[in-house]
Amino acid sequence: MSLQQAEDRIRQLDRELADTEDNDRRRELLQEKSRLLSEAYGNISAYDRVYLARKPARPGVRDYINRIFTDFFEQHGDRLMHDDPAIIGGIASLEGLPVTVIGHRKGKTLEENLKFNFGMPNPEGYRKALRLMKQAEKFRRPIITFIDTPGAYPGLESEMHGQGEAIARNLMEMGSLTVPVIAIVIGEGGSGGALALSVADRIWMLENSVYSILSPEGFASILWKDASRAREAAELMKLTAYDLYNRGIVDRLFGEPAGGLDESSRSIYERMKNALITELGVLTKLSGRALVEQRYKKYRRIGDCTSD
Amino acid sequence: MIPLFQERRQKLTQFKALRPRPKTSTASAPEGLYTRCPDCKQDYLSDQVAANYFVCPGCGYHMRLTAHGRLRLVADKGSIRELNAGLYTTENLDFPGYSEKLTALEASTGLKEAVITGVCTIEGHSTVIAVMDSRFMMGSMGSVVGEKVSRAIEYATRRRLPIIIFTASGGARMQEGIVSLMQMAKTGNALARHHQAGLLYISCLTHPTTGGVTASFASLGDIILAEPRALIGFAGPRVIEQTIRQTLPEGFQRSEFLLEHGFIDRIVERHEMRATLGRLLRLHSPSARKGFAYISHPVK
Repeated sequence: MSLQQAEDRIRQLDRELADTEDNDRRRELLQEKSRLLSEAYGNISAYDRVYLARKPARPGVRDYINRIFTDFFEQHGDRLMHDDPAIIGGIASLEGLPVTVIGHRKGKTLEENLKFNFGMPNPEGYRKALRLMKQAEKFRRPIITFIDTPGAYPGLESEMHGQGEAIARNLMEMGSLTVPVIAIVIGEGGSGGALALSVADRIWMLENSVYSILSPEGFASILWKDASRAREAAELMKLTAYDLYNRGIVDRLFGEPAGGLDESSRSIYERMKNALITELGVLTKLSGRALVEQRYKKYRRIGDCTSD
Repeated sequence: MIPLFQERRQKLTQFKALRPRPKTSTASAPEGLYTRCPDCKQDYLSDQVAANYFVCPGCGYHMRLTAHGRLRLVADKGSIRELNAGLYTTENLDFPGYSEKLTALEASTGLKEAVITGVCTIEGHSTVIAVMDSRFMMGSMGSVVGEKVSRAIEYATRRRLPIIIFTASGGARMQEGIVSLMQMAKTGNALARHHQAGLLYISCLTHPTTGGVTASFASLGDIILAEPRALIGFAGPRVIEQTIRQTLPEGFQRSEFLLEHGFIDRIVERHEMRATLGRLLRLHSPSARKGFAYISHPVK
């Protein structure tokens, strides 16, 4: 049984529990619920993590901005043609330190999601992000990005406006930024669309976030011409936070409560804020040249090869 | 009967495809004698197609070229010295069936990976060159491709040489997962240094160039050239059609479309590529400045 199925069944049990007065029946239901809970959360598969990473109740970039920073001033537009609502960005204060915050924006309702294009940016979004990052560099502000996207939007206009070029440009420019960059994967880290905001000095992930070359659905459809084999694909893709941490690509993990983060979660903001303050304390001591050199090496060693 | 038939074929192909060839079966023709153009679906003598740089003598369609064929076409004869030819990855390649597939491809193509890198001269000008080959895992970028391209760029930066990259790729290589994705950042960062050193990068896009390669080094050239009618894009046409639920317009994501939308500098036919590259290298060579003083470039 998948985590999603278990959660559906638990909700059903909760409804029955509320309706029934019969103590024997209540005991049965409670026993089944506790069995389901330990089964579901005690043995989480990679695809369960994908499910948790995509849950609409999960905190989004706006929640992190509101609860970690103060004085957020949102900035709009790429100064070329458009403002992409799928990417939010601006200036904020982290305990008095001015920083630039950028993130993929997903909605919690269908209406919001249509507005934010389900967190799938167009080239204008990446160009807005780059504009804000170059501005951060000018004013010596550290940059913090929140990654939560299924991927860059695959559409007619996004291709016409140079989706590939926009992502490529961000990768190249982010590598050369002379201010600290910290990228935090809070939900889905999908493909080049995620990478275009996450070439960073430190990459952090939440326990139930995922980061992969492609969505499991896309992966299954490319490799086996069958998107319905996404579950199977997820197990092979090594896309969980633990996989990436063990692989040495991610520097730090943040634990989550059983069943993942939701609206009631509180401690994550405090933990993340403290981690940011500590890490920026270290990174802001480095010269721009040292930061660029370190970042270069961080990516340079991924995919190491030899010829002997 | 057969010689008569061949003679007739030869005469007709001399008129290129101006006059459509009568529909006849080629089932009895010896293997490889004729090549069918994937675009106009006409058959031409393979020798004639090869002599025409694998450009269809009829419709001008640019067929896929092997990396070695491409090098022969653009580099001065005997000038190529390959770099990092025997490179292999120390990454874990445990994706089911993947290492077997690599071994089989090595045997069938004679290539070790989907890119060849080296130094050569083009019309006398020294340059670093990288050429992708779509026969090898659809030219996809895994750790070896990312590493070879990065090393080639770094070599060019150290030696203060230009770099020319011919792309032909389906994108990042699925089987190596996140490591493939990170090669996009790695190659992009290497290009940033080459760029900051004031050196020339010419990107030459050939059919097909999509996904993670489009979204990294392919799109970052100081000058971007493309072969006619090549498919160039980030998302594949099928994915886009499924997303927007409508059929894509004719010519969408082809070189001519990209030129119109401002993403490439020029479409160059295959037989003109060598001369075009030679000309660009000459325009960027320090000796082209003749008596003028050197204008120092701003260093970041």
